[in-house]
Amino acid sequence: MATGRPSTVYLWELAWILPSIALPVGMLAALAVTAFGAGINVAGDRGRIDPTKVAEHALFREPGVAEIAPGQYEVRMTGQIWAFAPNEVRVPAGSTVHFWATSKDLVHGLFVPRHNVNVMLLPGQISHAQARFDTPGEYPIICHEYCGIAHHTMAGKIIVEARR
Amino acid sequence: MTRTEQRLAAANVTVALVALFGGVVTGLFQALEYAGVEIYSSLAPVIRSHYHSVSIHGVLNALVFTTFFICGFVPFVLSRSLQAPLASARLGWLTFWVMVGGLVLASIPLVGNAATVMFTFYPPLQAHWAFYVGLTLVVVGTWLVTLNLVLTWRAWRARNPDGRTPLAAFMSLVTFAMWTIASLGLAAEMLVLLIPWSLGLVGGTDALLARTLFWFTGHPIVYFWLLPAYISWYTLVPRQAGGKLFSDPMARTSFILFLILSTPIGIHHQYTDPGIHQGWKLLHALLTFAVFFPSLLTFFNVTASLETAGRARGARGWISWFGKLPWTDPSVAAQVLAMVLFAFGGVGGLINASFNVNMVVHNTAYIVGHLHLTVGTAVALTFMGITYWLVPHLAGRVLWSRAVALVQVWLWFGGMLIFSPTLHELGLRGMPRRTDIGHVSYMQPQWKTLLPLVGIGGSILFVSAALYFLNMVLTATVSRRAPQAAPDFAEAVSGPDHAPAFVDRWRPWLALAALLIAIAYGPTLIRLAITTPLTTPGLRVW
Ligand SMILES: [Cu+2]
Repeated sequence: MATGRPSTVYLWELAWILPSIALPVGMLAALAVTAFGAGINVAGDRGRIDPTKVAEHALFREPGVAEIAPGQYEVRMTGQIWAFAPNEVRVPAGSTVHFWATSKDLVHGLFVPRHNVNVMLLPGQISHAQARFDTPGEYPIICHEYCGIAHHTMAGKIIVEARR
Repeated sequence: MTRTEQRLAAANVTVALVALFGGVVTGLFQALEYAGVEIYSSLAPVIRSHYHSVSIHGVLNALVFTTFFICGFVPFVLSRSLQAPLASARLGWLTFWVMVGGLVLASIPLVGNAATVMFTFYPPLQAHWAFYVGLTLVVVGTWLVTLNLVLTWRAWRARNPDGRTPLAAFMSLVTFAMWTIASLGLAAEMLVLLIPWSLGLVGGTDALLARTLFWFTGHPIVYFWLLPAYISWYTLVPRQAGGKLFSDPMARTSFILFLILSTPIGIHHQYTDPGIHQGWKLLHALLTFAVFFPSLLTFFNVTASLETAGRARGARGWISWFGKLPWTDPSVAAQVLAMVLFAFGGVGGLINASFNVNMVVHNTAYIVGHLHLTVGTAVALTFMGITYWLVPHLAGRVLWSRAVALVQVWLWFGGMLIFSPTLHELGLRGMPRRTDIGHVSYMQPQWKTLLPLVGIGGSILFVSAALYFLNMVLTATVSRRAPQAAPDFAEAVSGPDHAPAFVDRWRPWLALAALLIAIAYGPTLIRLAITTPLTTPGLRVW
C-alpha cells in the first residue's frame, strides 16, 4: 500500500482515521446502553462512615442476612483482617441479594465471580452491590485486594439452595 | 552529543537492568508458587512471603526498571536528535544521584520486608517512611530530567529560531511534559498523606483520597512507560528495518493527543471504588476511549512504516512485507514482536476500561495477564530490543552473541504466549490477583487445571531473561572492542513540513491538558480534600 509518494499519504491517513473514530464511538454507544439499560451497576457514592466506629453504625451494628421483601435479601457485611462477617450467606435460588459492606481496617475486596459483585471495601466508605442468584450451588466470596500476610484466607461463601 | 550523554545513559541503563534482574527473579518465584511448587520455604529468610516477593517484583520492574531506563534513553535521544549536548551535565549527574539515593532509601525497607505493600502501596497498609521518601526522590529526579530537556531544547531553539523541532526531540519533550503533569497526583499523595503519616506526624489517613491521588498518576504512568517505546518504534525502528517513517504529522498529532488525554482518565482504575459517583466514572470511561484514538493512529503509522521497510527489501503483495523484515536483527525482532503482543494488550485494555464490563475482570488474574502484555512485553521487550544496539554503542563493543539474542527474543514471545492468555483465562474464571494462590482457602477446580501453565510460561520467560542478562554482561565486559554506531533517525515518507505549525506549539496544548484535568478531576478532588477526615490508622500486618 505505501507507495512512498507523499501526496497519497494523507489519503491513507484519512482511510484509517475515520474508522478509528467510528470504532471507539461505537463501543462507547454500546457501553452507554449497558450502563443505563442493562441493570449492571458499578459502585457509586453511598456515603462515609467513621472507620473506627463501624460497629456503632446503624447498618453494621448486627452484620447478617435478612429477607427484606419476597425474594429480596439484604446482606450487611463487614470486612476485617482476615474475614468477612458474616462469612456464610444462605439464600433460596432466584433471590436478589443486596450487599451493604464496609471495612473495619484495611482496603479489602468483595468479589463473587460471575455474579457482577466486584466492589472495593474501603475504610471510611460504604459499598453497595447487588446480584441475582438463580442456580443452586455454592459460590465463593473472595477478598481480592491484598490485605496482609493472610489475605489468601479471607473468603466466605454464598449457598444458594434449591426451592422446595 | 558528547561523552557526557553517553555516560549518563550508561549509568541509568545499568541501574535499570540491575532492577530488572531482581524483578525477573522474584517473578519466577511467583510463577512457580502458582504452579504448586513450595518455593518460599526454601527462600527464607531472604524472601519472607509471597507478598514480599510480589512487592519487590512490582516495584523493581514497573517502577525502577522503567523509570531509570527512560531517564537514560530519552535524554540520549533528545540530545542526538537536536545534535546538541544536554544543557547541563552537572544537573544530569545531580539528577542521577538524587534518583539513586531515592532508590537506595526505598530499597532498604522493601528488601527488609518493611514495605510489603505492593507497588500500589494503598494505605492504611503502612510501609516504613523511607520507602515513601525514597520513591518521592525518584519522582523529583524525573522532574529534574524534564528541566534539563526543556533547557536543552530552548538553547537549541535560540540557535534555530525557524527550524522545526525534530520528531524524536519533540516526542521526548512530550513524554516528559506529560509525565511531569501526571506525577503531581503521586507527589501530593506522598507529601500530604503518606510521608507525614508514616513519620507519625499525623494520626491517620484516608483510603479513598489516597487511591484517587495515586490513580491520577497511576494510569498516565503507563504512558510514561509506553511513549519512550513509541519513540523507538516511530523514529528508530523504521530506519533499523530499512524503511521510512510513514507519516511525521500523524506521529506528532498522536503524541499531542497523548499529552492531552493521558491524565484525565485515571478514575477508570476506580470503577469499583465506593465514594465516587458513577457520573464521574462514566466521564473517565469516555475519555479513556478517546485516548484509544491516538493508540490506533500509532498502530497504523508504525505498521505502515514497517511495510515501507518490507517493500524496500523487495516484498510484494499485502502480507509478505512482514516476513521480509530483517528478522535476524535482534533489536528489530524484539520490537516487532513487542508490537504484535501489544495489539492484544490494547484490546484487553479496552475491556478493562469498559465501565461495567470491568466488573468481570477487576483485580483478577486477568489484569496480571494484561500488564504482562503491556509493561511486560510492549515496554520491556522493546527496551531489551533497544539495549541490543544501545549497550554495544555505549560499551564500544560488539554484541556478544546475536544468536543468543534472537533465541532470547523468541523465548520471551513464546513464554508470554503461554503465560499471559493463561492468566487472562484464570481471571475470567474468578481467580484474584496478588494472592498467594498456592495456599488459598478457596481453591477452585477450574483454576487448578490451568495453574501449571503459569509456571511453565513464567519459567520460559525466566530462561529468556537469563540469556538476556548473560548477553548484556558479556557484551559489556569481554566482547570484542569496536566502535558501534547508534542507528540514525528514520526519514519520513510524509515529513514534518506537512504538519501544521500549530502542532508544535506548547502553550495551547498544555492549557488544554490542564483544562481537561480540571474538569475530570477538579470536583472530585476538591470534594474529597474538603470533606475527608484523616482518621484511619495505619497497619503493618505482613
Ligand atoms: Cu482482605
